[in-house]
Amino acid sequence: MTRTFRMDEAQPRLLDDTAQGVIGTPMDRPEGPLKVTGKAAYAADNLPEGLAHGALVRATITRGRIAGIDEDSIADLPGVIAVIRDDRFVRNPAQGMADEAPVQPGDRIDYHGQPIALVVGESYEAARDGALRLKVRYDEDAGAEVDPATASETEDGDPTESGDWDKAVAGATVSVDVTYTTPAQVSAAMEPHAAVAEWKADRLVLRGSQQMLRFNRNEIADSLGIDPEDVQILSPYIGGGFGSKLGIGSEAVSAAIAARELGRPVRVVMTRQTVFDAVLRRTETEQRVRFAADGEGRLLAIGHDDRISNLRDEEFAEPVSSASQFLYGADALLFRQTVARVHRTPAGSVRAPGEAVGMIAFESAMDELAEALEMCPVQLRLKNIPEKHPVTGQDFSARALAECLKTGADRFGWPGRTVPGSRREGDWMIGLGVASAARPNMLVKAAARVRLSAEGAVVETDMTDIGTGTYAIFAQIAAEMLGLPTGKVSVRLGDTDLPGASGSGGSFGASSSGSAVFLAARKIRETLAGKLGCSPEDLTLRDGIARGANHEAALSDLLDGELVEEAEIEEGKTAESHFSSGFGAHFAEVAVNAWTGEVRVRRMLGVFGIGRVLNEKTARSQAVGGMVWGVGSALHEDLVHDPRTGHVVTRDLANYHVAAHADIPADMQVEFLEERDDQANPMQSKGVGELGISGSGAAILNAIHNACGVRIRDLPATPDKLVAALEAATE
Amino acid sequence: MRDFTYLRATDADAAAEALGPEASIIAGGTNLLDLMKLQIMTPERLVDITRIDGLSTIEEDGDGLRIGALVSNAALAADSRIRAGYPVLSRAILAGASGQIRNKATTGGNLLQRTRCPYFYDTAMACNKRAPGTGCAAQEGAGRMLAVFGTSEHCLAAHPSDMAVGLRVLGATVEVRAADGALRTLALDEFYTLPGDRPDIETTLAPDEIITAVVLPAPRAGSVQAYRKVRDRASYAFALVSVAAVVEMDGDRIGKVDLAFGGVGPRPWAGDDVAAALAGETPDEALFRRAAGALEPDRAPHPDAAFKLPLLRRTLVAVLREATGLAEASPGTDHAKDAA
Ligand SMILES: Cc1cc2nc3c(=O)[nH]c(=O)nc-3n(C[C@H](O)[C@H](O)[C@H](O)COP(=O)(O)OP(=O)(O)OC[C@H]3O[C@@H](n4cnc5c(N)ncnc54)[C@H](O)[C@@H]3O)c2cc1C
Ligand code: SF4
Repeated sequence: MTRTFRMDEAQPRLLDDTAQGVIGTPMDRPEGPLKVTGKAAYAADNLPEGLAHGALVRATITRGRIAGIDEDSIADLPGVIAVIRDDRFVRNPAQGMADEAPVQPGDRIDYHGQPIALVVGESYEAARDGALRLKVRYDEDAGAEVDPATASETEDGDPTESGDWDKAVAGATVSVDVTYTTPAQVSAAMEPHAAVAEWKADRLVLRGSQQMLRFNRNEIADSLGIDPEDVQILSPYIGGGFGSKLGIGSEAVSAAIAARELGRPVRVVMTRQTVFDAVLRRTETEQRVRFAADGEGRLLAIGHDDRISNLRDEEFAEPVSSASQFLYGADALLFRQTVARVHRTPAGSVRAPGEAVGMIAFESAMDELAEALEMCPVQLRLKNIPEKHPVTGQDFSARALAECLKTGADRFGWPGRTVPGSRREGDWMIGLGVASAARPNMLVKAAARVRLSAEGAVVETDMTDIGTGTYAIFAQIAAEMLGLPTGKVSVRLGDTDLPGASGSGGSFGASSSGSAVFLAARKIRETLAGKLGCSPEDLTLRDGIARGANHEAALSDLLDGELVEEAEIEEGKTAESHFSSGFGAHFAEVAVNAWTGEVRVRRMLGVFGIGRVLNEKTARSQAVGGMVWGVGSALHEDLVHDPRTGHVVTRDLANYHVAAHADIPADMQVEFLEERDDQANPMQSKGVGELGISGSGAAILNAIHNACGVRIRDLPATPDKLVAALEAATE
Repeated sequence: MRDFTYLRATDADAAAEALGPEASIIAGGTNLLDLMKLQIMTPERLVDITRIDGLSTIEEDGDGLRIGALVSNAALAADSRIRAGYPVLSRAILAGASGQIRNKATTGGNLLQRTRCPYFYDTAMACNKRAPGTGCAAQEGAGRMLAVFGTSEHCLAAHPSDMAVGLRVLGATVEVRAADGALRTLALDEFYTLPGDRPDIETTLAPDEIITAVVLPAPRAGSVQAYRKVRDRASYAFALVSVAAVVEMDGDRIGKVDLAFGGVGPRPWAGDDVAAALAGETPDEALFRRAAGALEPDRAPHPDAAFKLPLLRRTLVAVLREATGLAEASPGTDHAKDAA
């Protein structure tokens, strides 16, 4: 076994010196043609011999027990094979990195829509018909609490606080105390959750749609009560996850149990409605943000309290004030959280848990403070950037916040911003808004193997590509390090029999698992240097030729068979000494219709510091995707729950509105600043995917205020709310 | 989806014969199939009418046009005669659904699409429209998309069609054919029924009748036509409210006006009283506000949908301002000047 590399100190910036010149380039995703021609086999595309189809049966009560399942009620339906019901069924997907089985409630029901059984049929249609018609008897418990605002069962987290709050507030010239509410959301990934389970002797082969295989293997083994060695998960392609596929879910566990019981492979694909109401959602939030500042705009106190919800037994709590704790400094800080226990679909990680909703309130409140101070919102932010992490006292590693704000203001024409309500084109009122972006960067334990032969290189790891560009980036890292054209590197991902990587989550995948690829390749470079007769520092690899210390040789001549290296990385002392985060600034221009309250985003700019950019195109796509979701968060998305049953009301893509093409302006700009984060990892790169959504919604809300003078504090900012505010303003 | 038998009708007689209470016509299938998958509609027999000759053309009919029931929404919106003479209809259709759906969706199917009330879609919940007599879960439930006019204590649902609102403002009629070949022609207010105590019945169509065509009267030369749809996102969403207007000017004064509203009623909702209040007057914002203010529902709307009333009034004022020339057309407000 290889020794694990710990990130204890900054590493040389090797990728600045390598010669292949492919790192950072906007290389196309190599698997792209497979995907757009339908040749990439996603989980549900696998149809092994003898396949049976499962459909999940869902609870139609909110709380209680299953009193009985009347299997005879569907026994006569043509094509129905069996009703599978097992105490090992899981209530909901595992939380990210759980590494163990999620809640297995037996016959207990905790939310309306909970998967309780599986009907297996010869066809998908037969199974689904059976699942809808199966008669289930319940012992219903009355009085299930479903409303987070009024739920009586709550838990308060330990507050994070420093300084003398009362004193700081007493000394303030201007203060802001505002409450924002954000609705629940769902990931709504394009590919529904799917699993094809097949037992080969006593070993489970699961083709699934999963983000974090190293954890998922343990989760399903624990769920089933088997040895993790007896599980192989294959997830080479995933049609989006956004957190909803971090942990093993009911589709995988039920498919595995059914396949075992029936002795034939079973496929379970969630319907679109099930993806909405039985997969982890993002909690709704109620957030109170308080700022106190002196007359010059220096912050004296920062407070951010939130109330969120989750189902009982779920440990996950959306870290709403995550970014609020380090963006700006003040004499006194106070961050508090309350979790309400409700019988709704469980809450978990959805893209940028914490920042995605926390920064909407926090950065909007910052705009409210700037307004109260009659100060430029960009200047106010620049003025309050702290020297050290305000809570932990750590140094920051590379931090581009100020530079992003300044560069963005310049590029966006920010100085042309006028007072609220003063720009108009016909019925449309036009405004500009700004918000900071921040999303902490993480290094998660990850391993990878690199093989080099005369034919080229192969990268092997159980890392996943959820549409983010892993295949491209790993090819670029290995090609850059080994001096090969990217076409000479093949990348194998998504197989638990390969070295265990970080998985895709928290924006840490490319940098964490990519660093393992980098380190394995670095070892190969050392070997090659030895073979060539130079020091690793003197070695130059390019287009299959090694040069160094006046020697030159083709790799094919240096290699005698295959060179294989495996590396594993985990965080070390730099994570203690330094706080690493992606930073950025969002700018938005919106138009608000004076009659109808419709909001149209006219242009957006995001400027980001994400350390070294590994692939300009995939990084840009990630940033744009996040910004688009910011538009959706501010204006559209709303997972509505029934006030009586807690059941999700907006359960499909017609009723749950994600931004449509027409909602996104053609003028959607992204700029990355040149940056290296030496404390982050050996590649000096940082996460990007979630930075784009962090703060972008606030820039839009702030632009709405600049357009028409209305503050929308209850999201999403739909026409009814704008109209109510516009009517109130004219009365 | 439940098992069903499938019959491909080659002519209207064969279709009519196969119809009955347990059967459903399938045209584009964009609404029916979704409802069948969720077992909200469970026909035992599907009668496919898409191969019937003669239902897919738009033909001159006196001074007007006769639109076959199978003409797709896309083809109808793109037809040059419609675009020139009835632009409000093109605009209404193009404001609905998506390009893919409009390619499949038919004129007849669009008229008969079912409500989007979320409880109609949730078989675990009471719904008088889906399961008569079970109650109405929307009353105490989430009700942002519900109607404000024409509701009853038994059902608050809105009709979701945009096209039907365009047809209503143009005074179109629906031609239906019974099994015995008898033809009836119905104004839209005769075709659609109000929920009353039978929200499961939505039209006066008999089980053996099929829609064969929609007939448009002569075009309104010189009119300004507008369809303004306000929705939660810029495309691919059902109307919160919509306003269809056909306005003729008589010199400086307002001449004949027709109005219809979408998203607010169990059928395309006519604005005849408001229109009457405008005829003969000089365009003026205060006048428009007064006229729009007269829009009042008979029953208090569901609290979640109450916003639709002020939103509808404001949207109407904005449409009238532009249609009467009081204000320049704003970008993006879907306004067609001077129908030929
Ligand atoms: C995601 C989504 C978004 C949408 N958004 C909008 C929107 O914004 N605005 C809008 O207006 N619509 C919208 N629609 C609805 C769409 O317009 C309808 O689904 C479509 O018009 C139905 O036409 P069809 O031919 O597919 O009907 P089908 O699904 O085939 O039939 C619908 C009903 O009509 C009956 N029927 C069909 N033809 C006849 C006939 N000739 N005689 C008697 N009965 C008949 C069928 O039996 C069935 O009950 C949307 C649909 C979807 C799926
Ligand atoms: S409003 Fe109508 S469609 Fe909706 S639940 Fe009530 S009866 Fe059913």
